[in-house]
Amino acid sequence: MSFLLAEGMTGGYGAADILHGCTLKVEKGQIAVIVGPNGAGKSTAMKAVFGMLKLRAGHVILDGEDITALTPQARVAKGMGFVPQVNNVFPTMSVEENLEMGAFLRRDDFRDTMEQVYDLFPILKQKRRQNAGELSGGQRQQVAVGRALMTRPKLLMLDEPTAGVSPIVMDELFDRIIEVARTGISILMVEQNARQALEIADMGYVLVQGANRYTDTGAALMADPEVRRTFLGG
Amino acid sequence: MDILNALVALLNFVVIPATAYGAQLALGALGVTLIYGILRFSNFAHGDTMAFGTAMTILVTWALQAAGITLGPLPTALLALPFAIALTAGLVLATDRVVYDYYRRVRAAPVILVMVSVGVMFVMNGLTRFVIGVDEINFADGARFVISARGFREATGLAEPLTLRSSQLITLITAALVVWALFWFLGRTRTGKSMRAFSDNEDLALLSGINPNRVVAVTWIIAAALATTAGTLYGLDKSFKAFNYFQLLLPIFAAAVVGGLGSPVGAIAGGFVIAFSEVGVTYAWKKVAGYLIPAWQPEGLLQLLSTEYKFAVSFAILIIVLLFKPTGLFKGKAV
Repeated sequence: MSFLLAEGMTGGYGAADILHGCTLKVEKGQIAVIVGPNGAGKSTAMKAVFGMLKLRAGHVILDGEDITALTPQARVAKGMGFVPQVNNVFPTMSVEENLEMGAFLRRDDFRDTMEQVYDLFPILKQKRRQNAGELSGGQRQQVAVGRALMTRPKLLMLDEPTAGVSPIVMDELFDRIIEVARTGISILMVEQNARQALEIADMGYVLVQGANRYTDTGAALMADPEVRRTFLGG
Repeated sequence: MDILNALVALLNFVVIPATAYGAQLALGALGVTLIYGILRFSNFAHGDTMAFGTAMTILVTWALQAAGITLGPLPTALLALPFAIALTAGLVLATDRVVYDYYRRVRAAPVILVMVSVGVMFVMNGLTRFVIGVDEINFADGARFVISARGFREATGLAEPLTLRSSQLITLITAALVVWALFWFLGRTRTGKSMRAFSDNEDLALLSGINPNRVVAVTWIIAAALATTAGTLYGLDKSFKAFNYFQLLLPIFAAAVVGGLGSPVGAIAGGFVIAFSEVGVTYAWKKVAGYLIPAWQPEGLLQLLSTEYKFAVSFAILIIVLLFKPTGLFKGKAV
């Protein structure tokens, strides 16, 4: 069974459903990417996995345990880490304090986790006394990912981590995400830059109007002429 | 030209009183700014929380005095302060449970919470008057002066007297200690940092597992402690009268806004800006001018504004800041 299995998710924010039987799976240590046109419900699907959206049907199973009824906070305790698309740092707190807040639920010594985050993002170690709000967009994304890693999650969820950063920074962020996955953490990611994201994806989900349209490995989706023509611009 | 006497007069009538008053305003503004930053509304009941806290200090002081306990040269009120803080914290926590909690749960708009706090203000206002009355109460005991006018004149031979009342010195020392403790708490402790995180980004704080109820409760306790301390120091320095504390709301808010709402450093700076402006504008400068330019004999008192209009100063500063720099000196949240 997959490490994360979110099956047949149906629901929305109000009366109208946004998701219609959407299914997402992530294997241990693999990267799954959700792509699709604007308004396809990509972010909504991720929020549903994280419990920020009430589901009318379907269930979410993490590591064999049904967590459909849990609050987002309880899911963090169960091993989920979530990096929102915007407002994902504490701007007037230092980089180090941001990481400390990420580890708020942990009562043990988290200094070695902090060192691991600094090893992954060396620039953050340099800037650890600086306020997160004063950093560049790319650095801020690194703080956001670092904060989520502080709970030592087993599944890391990233909502458009490369939104608003330059292509060079984007490549670097993707490299880091691959590194995180290599340590055994499963990754579920929503991406606007579909082509680049599918290149690093083990599994790709193309959503259209809240439902799965194509599901395959990243490479297979990239090779599919239909997917290329409709979603990747030729 | 007599610079020395001019300096002493300036110290005696402007610098020392304004510094003490500024410290009192700063403590009040810190409470307002904390509540604004963390609970996200302007708490109009803060002045009356100060009044209630001071009333509690006075009651405990009387009880201690009746039991024959005093602090010698220090005012007994300092000993009563911790008890008063506990009582006031109890009241604001109960108020939060009965009143504010509901509006948080329905996620009411900040302006509704402001109106709710106006209601709380009236109730607290009545409660304080019911408990301790409307008259002016003097509850300072112990030594009155650190430097007395006569002692200073005899020691220096200057024509101008200089007085430093013990209440002024106690105000400064207490305010410095309280501010140090507050900044240590917010900057170094896990709970303090979680409060700043909650103020910075509520959603992310919740995601990080920070318990909002705990943050809210600790915020109220600290606000009550700041209000009671500020009120007691003000009362020791001047005297206690419930109505005066209600009026203090304006300079306190002006201080918090000048510094930048939500910014603790700003609240302190704002307190002193308001206090020095108020005292400077309402002080009759004739004496100081007389020492500096003996040849000049001005007709008036060189007083820009009579003391009855001192609140106009806060009001004018408040409006100027809101018009030209709504985020205040230390980049708080825009109002």
